[in-house]
This record gives sequence, structure tokens and C-alpha cells, in this order.
Amino acid sequence: MSAALLPVPPVDPRDRGGPAQPLLSVTDLRKHFPVYGGLLNRRVATVQAVDDVSFTIAKGETLGVVGESGCGKSTTARLVMHLIRPDAGSIVFDGEEVGSQAGLSVAEMRRQMQMVFQDSYSSLNPRLTMVDSIAYAPRMHGLPARQAVARSEQLLAQVGLNPALFARRYPHELSGGQRQRVNIARALALEPRLVILDEAVSALDKSVEAQVLNLLAELKARLNLTYLFISHDLNVVEYISDRVLVMYLGRVVEAGPVEEIYGRPRHPYTRALLASKPTLDPDRRTTVLPLSGDPPNPINPPSGCRFRTRCRFAQPACAEMLPPLLPPVDAAPGDAQHLVACILPEAQMNAEPRHAA
Amino acid sequence: MSDLANPDALATLVGKATTPRPAAGYWTAVGRRLKRDPVTIIVTLLLLAIVLMAICAPWVTSYDPYAGSVMRRLRPIGTPGHWLGTDETGRDLWTRLAYGGRLSLLAGVAPVMVSLLVGGLLGITAGFMGGLTGTLIMRTMDVFYAFPSILLAIAICGLLGNGLTNSIIALAVVFIPPMVRIAETVTTQARHLDFVEAARASGTTTMQIIRHHVLANVLGPILVYATSLISLSIILSAGLSFLGLGVTPPQAEWGLMLNSLRQSIYVQPYVAALPGVMIFVTSMCFNLMSDGFRSAMDVRLSK
Ligand SMILES: Nc1ncnc2c1ncn2[C@@H]1O[C@H](COP(=O)(O)OP(=O)(O)OP(=O)(O)O)[C@@H](O)[C@H]1O
Ligand code: SF4
Ligand SMILES: [Mg+2]
Repeated sequence: MSAALLPVPPVDPRDRGGPAQPLLSVTDLRKHFPVYGGLLNRRVATVQAVDDVSFTIAKGETLGVVGESGCGKSTTARLVMHLIRPDAGSIVFDGEEVGSQAGLSVAEMRRQMQMVFQDSYSSLNPRLTMVDSIAYAPRMHGLPARQAVARSEQLLAQVGLNPALFARRYPHELSGGQRQRVNIARALALEPRLVILDEAVSALDKSVEAQVLNLLAELKARLNLTYLFISHDLNVVEYISDRVLVMYLGRVVEAGPVEEIYGRPRHPYTRALLASKPTLDPDRRTTVLPLSGDPPNPINPPSGCRFRTRCRFAQPACAEMLPPLLPPVDAAPGDAQHLVACILPEAQMNAEPRHAA
Repeated sequence: MSDLANPDALATLVGKATTPRPAAGYWTAVGRRLKRDPVTIIVTLLLLAIVLMAICAPWVTSYDPYAGSVMRRLRPIGTPGHWLGTDETGRDLWTRLAYGGRLSLLAGVAPVMVSLLVGGLLGITAGFMGGLTGTLIMRTMDVFYAFPSILLAIAICGLLGNGLTNSIIALAVVFIPPMVRIAETVTTQARHLDFVEAARASGTTTMQIIRHHVLANVLGPILVYATSLISLSIILSAGLSFLGLGVTPPQAEWGLMLNSLRQSIYVQPYVAALPGVMIFVTSMCFNLMSDGFRSAMDVRLSK
């Protein structure tokens, strides 16, 4: 492997706050989509796609986001990327607020933050060759064409595609895994610090998925990257993440280090989700009832705890208030690593540890 | 397995894989695919011949398109000196068909050009802006859509009076709404494609995105649609003249000729049908050519 085609200095000159300052810190992010309908095309309802979502990502960390389809994972990613405008909330990138007067402009932010989309085919312009697709953004940022192409070929090599073979190909002439490598190369073309991967491996075959995951891990180490990794695949998230965020109907229900979430899940939803996770080991099959039914409609989420319509611990109290995201009831004082949004201590407590030692 | 064990097969495989592909642009690839499509080549050549025949009408015949003679009325096909026969006033039919092509093609192509310009622009604007502007444009078009196209054309012609210009205006008005709709649809699709979003995410400006990602992916389908509209336009404009709403006699135009030869259908059926054949062949050629371009421009159907 041609090591370090792009040599990375030990300390990124763009690093402002030092290693202790989170690279990304999102506070109370909210996006409610209006739904139009009826004869006059008036606003008839609101989809609460993302509701008061807060999280931080430390430098060099991989934050995994899991949750069922429609829980707002992609919307969160697009909000963070400023592809859609948030209704409320703030996004702070390495200490600077994005989009505010004094802080980082959206354009500057996008040089440091890039995204890989789920559909490897539709995220590439069918009329551009691979080398042109990758070179496009650097060229638009003023890099001369010749240099942009040279750089783009380097990037192809870096993601494991021989430029002599792949540079002049069109998207339809590549396999899904190869295309996703190109998408990763394109995301890296502007030398970002944070890469958002929205279901980036979900459409790939298992074997190809493993290769791409390894590539991501390798690139992360070599280029000092930080990942926001979105997936509905619990195994993949467990494999790649340092910390995990569990979302349900637009809200964060549990957050914490990956061993905590997978080893000692607290929220009844997390537990049900993990119980429904496919596993090949019969000893590990739990007796917790897996999740049944579809999540309720985000247009009219239940009052109080949004999970209560499917929660086997649900009580009248659960309908009264939205449970805040707090350390679990039996957490050691001052330990704010693991956070749960559930008001019932017994619901949090009688977790049978999945990995019983 | 046996294939791979064979050294020759292996050599071709390796050879294929290592030969660097030529840096062909998109349009080069389209041209390459067109060259391998005999139907499109033939209809395109046929259309070229028809257009040449019309443009060079004074040189392909020695007769005057307006000078007839009662002595030579309704001669059959193959008459010496009049190889396609003569019409009901004794004018040479080949001459009339060649000159008629000028007006018929003009009356067919011009409305599409106008609607392409106006409708394409409106549609792309509506598609890219969306929101109130888009809704306003699209709802206005829906009003026109409510009328059947041929009735709308007849109504406008009736309002404006007959003549070539008015027939062109009438058909352009008829074609603008579908053109807007196509342009709006493809633009809206292109705007929501992931790669447009990806370009936006990498800090590309709106104008750059329209130029590099939207227009390139939108112009092809719009042009293909316009070509297929010409096919309809030729038939409709001939229909207008047939009804006496378009070009006026004694001018040579296929639809008008079809009308005046109508009475002679029992005397010289083959001669009387010739203008109709020209309308049909030209219209079909445009249609097939548009199909050929459509598939040549679809990168996914390559090889
Ligand atoms: N532009 C939009 N307009 C209206 N509703 C939207 C829009 N985008 C997303 N939604 C709604 O917001 C909710 C969250 O969608 P989102 O795409 O973020 O889910 P997701 O977690 O990424 O799901 P998946 O795993 O299926 O990708 C869904 O109910 C969706 O229908
Ligand atoms: S708050 Fe109530 S309904 Fe919600 S997860 Fe906890 S126990 Fe279940
Ligand atoms: Mg999604």
C-alpha cells in the first residue's frame, strides 16, 4: 500500500480548540416539515422529523447513529450539513458556531465537513467520469484542472481503485462497492475533518461492506478523520463506532459509549432493538420481546414519551412528560457518559445484560 | 474455469483490463452509439433528403409549381414528363411536393422551436425555483391543458384568421404547455438527485450547479421531446391547412394539397394519396429519430 499519499501533519493546523474541544457539537436541533394537502394545498400537518436533538462528537471519534427507518437520521445529517435549514438549534464546529455572523460561514464549514450518501449510483453525476466527479469540487474551489485531476487520481488510488482502470469510467460501469469507494474519494477531495456517512454501506453486499468498512477505518487513521456514521445495521454500528446515539421518532432516546449501549442498554427501545438484532449465536438469544409493529406516525407522535405505545413498561406517568436525556438512575455521580431518556427506574434497571459473562 | 485456464482467454482478459480507456466525453459516446443504430441513421438520412428536396426545389424540377393546364389534369403516376403525375389543375405533382415541403416543414418545425424556447425556459425556471414561482407557472399551463390540442389550435386559428404565421402561433401556443411540463419534470428530478445535493454539500454555487449538473442532464430529454413534437406538429399543421385554416391556396403545402386532391380520390387514388404519404413519412422519421436519440443518450443502455 502506498502509505500516506496525503501526508498528515501530527497536528492539524485547522485544529483550533485542541483535542478536548469537541469537533462538532449540536444543540437542540429541530426540523419540523410542513405537510401540505387538501384542495387549496394548505398546511395540514407537521412531521416532527428531528426534535431537540443534541450531541457532540470528539475529535477523531466515530459517532454511530441507529434507529428504525424514518426516525430522522438522514434529516439530522442533512441539517448538520446545512443542506436544509434547521428550525431551531445550533451547530458548533470546533468552537465556532456555523452560520452565525461571528462564527463559521456555511461555505467554510462545508470545506471541513463532507457527506457520503446511501445510493452510490444516484450520488454520482451519470455524465461525469470518475476522475471528473472527484475533481469537480476542488476545481470549483479554484484548483487548476491539471492539479485537480492529478489529485483525484491519487484519491482513487487511496480508496483502492487503480486510476489507470477506473479514472475514465462512468458510474454505470462500476460495481456498487467500487462506486461507493469513488463517493468516499470525492468526499475526501476537499480534505474534510468530519465525514458524515449516511447509510454509506447499507446498499452493499456483506463481503463488499466489510471491505468498505475496513477502508473507512484505514482512511480515518491515516487522515485524522472524525466520522458521523449513520446506519440501521446494529452490527455495523457496533463494529465501527466509539460512541452511539439511539434515535426514536426524531428524538435521541439513549447515548453513550458503544460498550455501554451494547453491553448494558438502558432504554426499553434500545433493548428491544438489540433483541431483534440478528445473531448467529443461540446462547445469546434473549427472552426480551423484540419490537413489534411499525413506529407511530411522526406526524402525530404520542404525547409524553414517544416510545410509550410500544413500550412494555409504559405507565400513565409516561404520557405526561417528555423524558429528558439524563444519566441512568444508578449511574455513579458525575458520570455523564451514558444518557437515557426514560422516566421509570425499573424500566431502566431490569436490563438483562446481553453479553452475560 | 476452463476459459480462465486457457492462456489465450487469460491474455484477452488481462489485455482488456489493462488497456486504458480512451478519454471519451459524453457526446462522443452518444455519437458512437448512434453510429451503431441503423434505423436512426436511415431515418435521419431520409429526413435530410426531404429537407434538401424542399430547399433545392427550384433545382430538382423544371416546372413552375403554380402553372397548370387543363390539358394535363390528373395524369397517373409514371406519365412521361410527370413521373408522379399531375394534380386536379394539371400542375406537376413532384414539383408541388418539393415546393410544398418548404411550407410544410416550416409550419411543422417553427412552432416547436418557439415552444422549445419559451416552454423550455419557463419549465426549467419552474423546476429549479419551485415554490410560488413554480406553482404559478404550472397552474397557468394547466389552464391550457384543459383544452384538447387540436381544438385549441383550431380555435386560435379561427380567432387570428388563416395564414402561415397564425398557424405557427396557434401551434406554438398548443405546444408550450407540454413543453413546460416536460422541462419542469426533468428539472425537478435533476434538482433532487443525490449528486446535485452532493455538489451543494461540497460548496458549489447555485449557478455552477445549474450549469454543470442540471442543464447537462436536462437539455437532452427536452430536445428529444421537441423532436418527437415536430412529428405531431407536422401532422397538426397539415391538418390546419387541410381545414383551410393554415396556408391559403394556391400555395403548395402538403395538407392543402391533400384537401384539394380529395375530390379526385376515385380518379387517381395513388396520386391523391401522395401528399399524405409525404406527411406520414416525414412525421414518422422525426418520431423514429427522436427515439434513436433518446436511447443513444441514455448512458445506462451503453455498449
Ligand atoms: N423533505 C421532507 N418533507 C417532508 N417530510 C420529510 C422530508 N424529509 C424527511 N421527511 C420525513 O421526516 C421523517 C424522517 O426522515 P429521515 O429521512 O430523516 O429518516 P431516516 O431515519 O433517515 O430513515 P431511513 O432509515 O429510512 O433512511 C420521515 O417521516 C420522513 O417522511
Ligand atoms: S418513559 Fe415510560 S414509555 Fe418511555 S421508555 Fe420509559 S418506561 Fe417506556
Ligand atoms: Mg435515511
